[in-house]
Amino acid sequence: MYDFDFANPATLDEAVAALGRGDAQALAGGQTYLPALRQRLAAPDTIVSLKRVEGLSDIEATVDTLRIGAMATHARIARETADRFPALSRLAGNIGDMAVRSRGTLGGSLANNDPSACYPAMALATGATIHTNARDIAAEDFFRGMFETALDDGEIITAVTVPVAQAAHYEKFVQRASRFALVGVFAARYPDGARVAVTGASSGGVFRWTEAEERLSDRFEASALDGLTIAPDDMIEDLHATKPYRAHLVSVMTRRAVEHA
Amino acid sequence: MLDGGIGTATKRREDVRFLMGRGKYTDDHTPAGTCYAAFARSDMAHGRIVSIDAAAAEGMPGVLAVFTGADFADVGSNPAGWLINSRDGTPMYEPKRPVLAHGKVRHVGDAYAAVIAETREQAMDAVEALEVEIEPLDAVVDMAAALADGDNRVHDDLPGNQCFDWGWIEDNREATAAAIEAAPHVTTLELVNNRLVPNAIEPRCSIGEYDPGTGDYKLTTTSQNPHLTRLLISAFVLGIPENKLTVIGPDVGGGFGSKIYHYGEEALVLSAAKRLGRPVKWTATRSEAFLTDAHGRDHVTRIELACETDGTFIAFRTETMANVGAYLSNFSTATPTFLHGTLMAGNYTVPNVYVNVKAVFTNTAPVDAYRGAGRPEATYSLERVIDKCARELGIDPIAIRRKNFIQPDQYPYASAAGLEYDSGNYDALMDVLERRADLAGFEGRRAESERRGKLRGLGINSYIEACGIAPSNLVGQLGSRVGLYDAATVRVNATGNISVMVGAHSHGQGHETAFPQIVADMLGVDPATIEIVHGDTSKIPFGMGTYGSRSLAVCGSAVHRATEKVIVKARKIAAHMMSVSADDVDFADGQFSVPGTNKFVAWGDVALKAYIPHDFPLEEIEPGLEETAFYDPANFTYPSGAYACEVEVDPETGVVDVVSMVAADDFGNVVNPLIVTGQVQGGLAQGIGQALLEQTTYDADGQLLSASYMDYAMPRADDLPTLVVDHSSVTECTHNPLGVKGCGEAGAIGSPPTVVNAVIDALARGGHDVAHIDMPLTPVRVWTALQQA
Repeated sequence: MYDFDFANPATLDEAVAALGRGDAQALAGGQTYLPALRQRLAAPDTIVSLKRVEGLSDIEATVDTLRIGAMATHARIARETADRFPALSRLAGNIGDMAVRSRGTLGGSLANNDPSACYPAMALATGATIHTNARDIAAEDFFRGMFETALDDGEIITAVTVPVAQAAHYEKFVQRASRFALVGVFAARYPDGARVAVTGASSGGVFRWTEAEERLSDRFEASALDGLTIAPDDMIEDLHATKPYRAHLVSVMTRRAVEHA
Repeated sequence: MLDGGIGTATKRREDVRFLMGRGKYTDDHTPAGTCYAAFARSDMAHGRIVSIDAAAAEGMPGVLAVFTGADFADVGSNPAGWLINSRDGTPMYEPKRPVLAHGKVRHVGDAYAAVIAETREQAMDAVEALEVEIEPLDAVVDMAAALADGDNRVHDDLPGNQCFDWGWIEDNREATAAAIEAAPHVTTLELVNNRLVPNAIEPRCSIGEYDPGTGDYKLTTTSQNPHLTRLLISAFVLGIPENKLTVIGPDVGGGFGSKIYHYGEEALVLSAAKRLGRPVKWTATRSEAFLTDAHGRDHVTRIELACETDGTFIAFRTETMANVGAYLSNFSTATPTFLHGTLMAGNYTVPNVYVNVKAVFTNTAPVDAYRGAGRPEATYSLERVIDKCARELGIDPIAIRRKNFIQPDQYPYASAAGLEYDSGNYDALMDVLERRADLAGFEGRRAESERRGKLRGLGINSYIEACGIAPSNLVGQLGSRVGLYDAATVRVNATGNISVMVGAHSHGQGHETAFPQIVADMLGVDPATIEIVHGDTSKIPFGMGTYGSRSLAVCGSAVHRATEKVIVKARKIAAHMMSVSADDVDFADGQFSVPGTNKFVAWGDVALKAYIPHDFPLEEIEPGLEETAFYDPANFTYPSGAYACEVEVDPETGVVDVVSMVAADDFGNVVNPLIVTGQVQGGLAQGIGQALLEQTTYDADGQLLSASYMDYAMPRADDLPTLVVDHSSVTECTHNPLGVKGCGEAGAIGSPPTVVNAVIDALARGGHDVAHIDMPLTPVRVWTALQQA
């Protein structure tokens, strides 16, 4: 990797200030960013670690929501949401391996918005709110395509509020090398209807499958999806899957998500 | 049986240091004053080097030197170890393989310059500061297109990119064609044996040192065979006399073939060390490993099986294109020929075999021997086409194999592919397999899978391989430019403990445990008193290293012979001590005695006496107790096996789950059953990886798309079932003193066709008529095949 300065702020204000100076990059677990640095694919002047920033890791429950600090690790989320929101707990517990789960964070993953990451599907399917140092952003408005988000330069995710579903499940079909989602579907049932979000599949990044939502809002059962398919045109095609295969997997994973919810 | 001797399942003593982080690998060595090399590597697959301006790089902080191809234009070529002649008698095309690319770059990752600096980061920074102009040329990637295109050339003076066009056995060509023509049934299969990236856990690393006082060079490097590396550097590339060059392969974290070969980086660090008068180290990044370690396999094959309608084999004919990549790596010409074509008769009494292999240059990384090396390709082609044939004829896959097996009373058996098998019992292996794999219970398990919506299939395979590489006399006739004996020195020290210097090199094989078991067994001493010395050309006799499942069969035999010599000498000393004739002395359980008397001397007393020879009759007995043996095998060894695997296929997604894998192998005698089981399990994991996961993909521009673990799937523990290994069926090798055959590659040879046969079987039982799917059988490939069936 190239040389860089390392800032280790203790408060959000200090972190914001550090990110405002020169070409700075926030570090929120680093499970994607550190390999990129090691491969010399990034050359920031300063890396601003959010690890010590107070109050960014807490997980708080209200009656019908979870407010999860951006720096909560996958391991911690898996551990601490198991009772309140088992679908989220299982999602977190199946990211990467133990080492990744011990370092990687919810905020880091959302800010990176890898098209194959798991959390974006959860955030979109639960109608989560992403809190930053500057504002609150609805998940609907947050994801802007592959690796693109609504975050401004230097804006820091502080927490995410997740409405707890009546029933939900995340079904991940893993890409066998990276174990990221080749296709991942988060299906959730709320009093006002069903929500289905799909990661890994589309060249536009995470998306809601509204046709599936409509059917499941009437009847949250797998059979409600019978005959429903999604067009392959916008699917990703790469080493690991063709467009038709990914489109097929969206249907299969959605049905399985509902079955297991 | 001596406790701890031959046949004992001793735990590997070296594992203590490896598991506790106390192994010392090449990169753990940093001599005082070390500086660091980084390489400038081509990011295009094919291009003409127009200019390299190093002025800016040379001025960067910490930079000590910059080397380009021009600096090595006059040194020798890194050679191919085997000369292959084409069917028309012309020798293969052997391009120069330079230390650094000069004139052209020929694959992504091809190094054309190197920077030496005080730190690794400074060297990498300076590489980025090189001003380089490379004119892009069209990449040659697809083999068929490479052969058809006379204009687009990997090597400018070779139109058509064909290295050789080899026929085996050429005299059988017409008879085989006639037999196929006349046969009542012919099964044809076209298949790809997928290219693999070796992925040893330890990347390559080399440290060059030069002593200006003595003129001695030292190369510490990730090598499976330090003497072979030294020979290549001394005799072919740099011309450093062997007695001025020490090559050390310390602890090495896996090789699988990829660390057999001499690479340009080794010559570079030696040359740089001499110019700078300082140690120079280079450690590959994982990306460099993906791009530049010699890859494995990469065959495109058409195979025909001709038989009677009852399944009696009449002829096998194979046409293969073998990718050799951009340059000829050291074993690259032997792997698709004599390690592949000679095995194309399999375990069968087929009378006609013919193999044609065209080796093709492409703008990809060099391809060479990888665990199994040619034999997995042979077994895969043969056992897949046999399975397809059985299906076409409606014959049980075990029955068709048993019908054609060579029988125990037929040995030695001259196969139609030119080898003389010395021993084997394939029906006995199949018996073991049927029992261990509970084949009788398969239908019940299949029905249970069906209830869960899964298609269950059973794959059967039998294999033979040629190991114990190799009889020098035979391979010399076949074009090898080296001998393939091995060597050992057994040194009994004065207080009775023993050092055994071996030419074999351990990088996962457990030599430090297994070789002492042989010596201990023969001497009747505690194996803990025996230490193995390996990997350092200044300490060990000239052996050829470890690959081709050869360590035990070849080097172990040398250890045996050297120990026999030690016993002869020790018996003389004991006889002298007891004032009797050596002929009257018995040796057993570590004690020399004279039968019928109460005379005896212990092993330790004889050892001490050898070094305190105050009263020796020096005309009859020299002081010391140390003997060396070179062992050159009379023939290959022929391990064989029968494998079974059960898979569950999810018809909705195409996911294949290997739910059982049983390996019944005949390795001859077994020195350490625990190590053998581990070796087979590792091979099975690699074979399952090839069958289901490992996909090396170059795009049309010659870019390696699967160049990291994000896209290249290695088998992990949760991809694997419990691996059942049984090596209880034994036919001894008839021509080595231990009766051993070798086990290192078996699992990787036997398992890929077993898995693919099982998947095809699962689809067929589910009513899907799919004749073949190419490896790796990824979910998308299986699902797509299902849609098309």
